[in-house]
Amino acid sequence: MAAVMPAPAASRLLMSGNEAVARAVWEAGTRVAAGYPGTPATEMLEMLSTYPDMYTEWSVNEKVSLEVAIGASMMGSRSFSAMKHVGLNVAADPLMTLTLTGVEGGLVIAVADDVGMSSSQNEQDSRFWGRFAHVPMLEPADSQEAYDMARYAFELSEEYQVPVILRLTSRICHVKGLVTVGERIEHKAKGFSKNAERWVMVPGHAKRRIPLMLQREQELKRLSDQSPLNVLEPGSDRRVAFITSGPAYMHVRESFPDAPVLKLGLSYPWPLEKVAALMQTADTVVVVEEVEPILETELKAAGFAVHGKDILPRMGELAPEVVKPAVERLLRKEAAPAPELAQALPPLFPRPPTLCASCPHMGIYYTLSQLKNLTIAGDIGCYTLGAGHPWNSLDSTICMGASMGVALGMDKGRGETDKNKKILAVIGDSTFMHMGMQGLLDITYNRGNVTVLLLDNSTVGMTGGQNTPANGRDIHGKGAPRIDFPKLIEALGVKKERIRVLDPYELPVLFKAVREETKIDEVSVIIANRPCVLTEDFKPFKPYVVEDDKCTGCGNCVEVGCPAIHVTRREKVVKPSGKEVELAFTRIDSVACTGCGLCVQPCAPEAIVHFEPAMPRIVVQPV
Amino acid sequence: MSNTTNILVCGIGGQGVMTATEILSEAAIAEGHDVKKTEVAGMSQRGGVVTSHLRFGPKVLSPQIAPGTADVLLGFEAAEALRWAHYLKPGAMALVNDARLVPPVVELGLFKYPDDPIGDMRARGVRTVSFDAATLARDLGDLRLGNTVMLGAIADQLPFSAEVLLDCIVKRFARKGEGVVEMNRKAFAAGRAAAAKAAVPA
Repeated sequence: MAAVMPAPAASRLLMSGNEAVARAVWEAGTRVAAGYPGTPATEMLEMLSTYPDMYTEWSVNEKVSLEVAIGASMMGSRSFSAMKHVGLNVAADPLMTLTLTGVEGGLVIAVADDVGMSSSQNEQDSRFWGRFAHVPMLEPADSQEAYDMARYAFELSEEYQVPVILRLTSRICHVKGLVTVGERIEHKAKGFSKNAERWVMVPGHAKRRIPLMLQREQELKRLSDQSPLNVLEPGSDRRVAFITSGPAYMHVRESFPDAPVLKLGLSYPWPLEKVAALMQTADTVVVVEEVEPILETELKAAGFAVHGKDILPRMGELAPEVVKPAVERLLRKEAAPAPELAQALPPLFPRPPTLCASCPHMGIYYTLSQLKNLTIAGDIGCYTLGAGHPWNSLDSTICMGASMGVALGMDKGRGETDKNKKILAVIGDSTFMHMGMQGLLDITYNRGNVTVLLLDNSTVGMTGGQNTPANGRDIHGKGAPRIDFPKLIEALGVKKERIRVLDPYELPVLFKAVREETKIDEVSVIIANRPCVLTEDFKPFKPYVVEDDKCTGCGNCVEVGCPAIHVTRREKVVKPSGKEVELAFTRIDSVACTGCGLCVQPCAPEAIVHFEPAMPRIVVQPV
Repeated sequence: MSNTTNILVCGIGGQGVMTATEILSEAAIAEGHDVKKTEVAGMSQRGGVVTSHLRFGPKVLSPQIAPGTADVLLGFEAAEALRWAHYLKPGAMALVNDARLVPPVVELGLFKYPDDPIGDMRARGVRTVSFDAATLARDLGDLRLGNTVMLGAIADQLPFSAEVLLDCIVKRFARKGEGVVEMNRKAFAAGRAAAAKAAVPA
């Protein structure tokens, strides 16, 4: 993204939570911001990269991004790191020591939980990090609060010399609301003060930091009880009172507009005095929190009789239609009459996300789906969709980079029934650099027998096509050193002759390479090299069309899995063998087709030919 | 809350659902409303389901529209409109582009696409107005106008005048020149006319 003039102070803008956080981080005078793309956190860094007067980067993973922020903070600069919930698992190692050293320049970590799992491998509650790392946690409930709290987070961080976690969820990150913005206040780097006892965390030094950390936590506890971010709204409807935080607050207010509510903005450490005050307002008190009963458990341990997960779901997002009936049932009142639905609807076909027309991954998965006797460890990215129809080609997905270690473990742990299986790992370029390459090193070092498919589409695809070392462009789109995968892989210990670079649109070449490499009892890496179709690097080809009179209905092209291929009619025929088969005659949507030719190769009657449009093509794009 | 207007926009990834809702949001802001707009857009870029919730009024709390509380539904695809029809209040109106976008799982024969999703909506008591946005856009010379056609279709179902919405569209395209603005005005008018024409009383 190109730098744009930021909107002037006092503008009231429609902003997503991510955009609001980015604006606040910039205004706070932050000098260094780093992150790795991940839904729903991606746009924070994307937006920050458009602001002037600060350094931003896509880091190779979240751990490195936090380390970059730590280094900047040591120099006395305000710094910021953003990641999705699973990213903080990766960055947990530096975090757990950072809490001992503390910060110099204000350091804020924004972590975005994918509550409800729109695009993640698990659901987890990042609020645990507050207690685990003994650091304060801020939880906004909408875009304006995300902005306000992100600005305040830097003040808090510097006042207590503590890293601050700004905890967001999808319903903050991706909800747009009105935000009044301010102006940037420069914060110059204070300069590095050499102090080994503080920055060099060897046991002797770390032991002296622990009491300081615990003392800081006590001070933060006092702050929490006084903080205006923890608001006790008295309310007039005293049937039930609530303790809540983040987006759940909005659902509570929507459901019970006049009930007493303790809204937690500084949600760790817990403001127990304010909780005690709230307990006086009603006989029944419900803790409304998404995912884990963190607060509920703590409050019960502190002797407060509260309700929570006894009436509310343990997973997924809350909503007024979940909270309201559950609480009303608890109050033993008649449940509110549900709005009359037009009529229960019949179950409809699913519409799972799928690979794009011409996606280079399609050639890989079509090939893998045609081969027998493979066990395939998958990874995180668009190519995880290879687990879906029609390919059904992945046997595991755990976390970023896990395909390597999992495949090695499959190889070492296999028993009699799997001894003839070919073990493969499939991983994308960005995931390989994130956490995959250490796994490959483990495979070579420990003489594993795995065939690795490195799907290099030169971008972080699933999160919208961010730049990476694989395309040689930085966060601003400017030229940057480009990784040389064959060289890197050779350096990691794979024999030169076991590294193949090929075009995933060339099915016969790919097919042969996978067959040959899986037959060899040592590690090999096949690098499939084609740009993601959603990036500027992709150049569309001439579209194809199915010649009606030549199509025999074999349906081979449907098995490729391209969304531009449609079945026009089906026909049941009885083969000479007596077996009944269903034929599927097809057409190609020439507006969607970008001419990769993957469907042309398996077409038996050569019925798929180039489309010669009478008019220039119109490419459909959102306005 | 009764003084909040709930608009649900649905379709599939890449159709412009989020952009359309963004423009509707801008119109509501221009009218002085508080606005919240939310969608689940994680993996939906890859041809998956996209819904965008727009709520506006004096003060909006929860960003999500609850089932049975939407004032109007704008559907970019026929089966998607059917999928979300239960979000409408009883008797509320759905404006639906009757395009049928069939996903690979249906082409593979694993699931069935409904024969007549619009008819199914009507059979369930939804006041459904359908039209062919793609053809209207193509007739005006550019498929990309489909989004503006959709906005034209919903223009008369909003608690403010159609001109407010049109102004927001014009503002968005102003930097692309008068020619593009004029095309969008035509597309807006075409969508508005198509919805009015299709809205014959049941």
